[in-house]
Amino acid sequence: MSDITAGSAARDPYRVGRSGGHGHGGHGHGGHGHAGHGHGLLSATGHGQGGPASKFVTVAYGFWIFLLSDIIMFSAFFAAYAVLSTATAGGPSGKELFELPRVAAQTGLLLTSSFTGGLATLATQRRSMAATQFWLLVTGLLGAAFLFLEVQEFAVMASEQAGPSRSAFLSAFFALVGCHGTHVGLGLLWLGTMMAQLWVKGFRPEILRRLHCFGLFWHALDIIWVAIFTLVYLLGASP
Amino acid sequence: MSDIDSRTDEELDRRDSAPGEERITEHELAGGLSGYLLGFGLAILLTIASFLAAQTGLIYQPAVISALVVLAIAQMGVHLVFFLHLTTGPDNTNNVLALAFGVLIVALVVIGSVWIMAHLNLNMAPMSAHQARMMP
Repeated sequence: MSDITAGSAARDPYRVGRSGGHGHGGHGHGGHGHAGHGHGLLSATGHGQGGPASKFVTVAYGFWIFLLSDIIMFSAFFAAYAVLSTATAGGPSGKELFELPRVAAQTGLLLTSSFTGGLATLATQRRSMAATQFWLLVTGLLGAAFLFLEVQEFAVMASEQAGPSRSAFLSAFFALVGCHGTHVGLGLLWLGTMMAQLWVKGFRPEILRRLHCFGLFWHALDIIWVAIFTLVYLLGASP
Repeated sequence: MSDIDSRTDEELDRRDSAPGEERITEHELAGGLSGYLLGFGLAILLTIASFLAAQTGLIYQPAVISALVVLAIAQMGVHLVFFLHLTTGPDNTNNVLALAFGVLIVALVVIGSVWIMAHLNLNMAPMSAHQARMMP
């Protein structure tokens, strides 16, 4: 039942096509003289009418719910960091540790990779294999550069005796930023998988769904990074 | 292509939008390549504004936190509108409602934690000299 047109009564077991051509809520009780023999031309948008949504919509919506729950998990890490950001236990504070030029480079890299991910989406809509693969590759390389800078930062901090075990502040910092970095790393793995699948299988419906979900994931990671570079780095390093 | 392509425009007009799906690309400011370029430019401007607010004395110091939070929320909005194609249209109602619920939970978790922990900190009994010496 991926078809939403609900053409005849036989294909419309819930009689959703009976409410006539209005579809402005309230009118959906049938008995308007429209027997369900038409072609179900009702403006069902936003009213849950018109039969089951297509698989593209339900898959993307399910992934949207996952992303929101992921952001709620991040909010717990943000709350822990906000509470513990002053608990340095005599160790180094954010002002001494954070290097804003690196953070600015990371922000630029991730923002640009979000943009090129959007260009890949546009190329997918044109069904251009070469352009899609190219922009996905650029997206992946920018994400990898972002991850390289983050690993470098963690390595420098660990070598300065400012690892996650030094203070509650640093534990919360590594948990929050490391969690985001893990997401980016997993996203890169997913991106490589999608490039291979797209190359082998072409623009098939399930590949298009997965590409769309990957795009949602990548944009959501950039939104979380906006909160991290503002609340963790800029606020922590401001005088 | 049965899911996406074989639809007529009329059918497309009547169904809900998937999250992040862009349906109207013509005659729309936030549509197509121009939409991505506009969003990219706005995000860059807001990022630069955030760094300037934090690193220079342009803004009255106690207000820097508020300025940064406002700029961050604005940038998240830019991402949602221009990159995730969230609209106020009826085809996006489900997506916006789910997002609103997520934002509610996030606000409860973050603001609630900060609020409660600040109060606990404030109402803590003062530490004795002995306890201070035993601190790790």
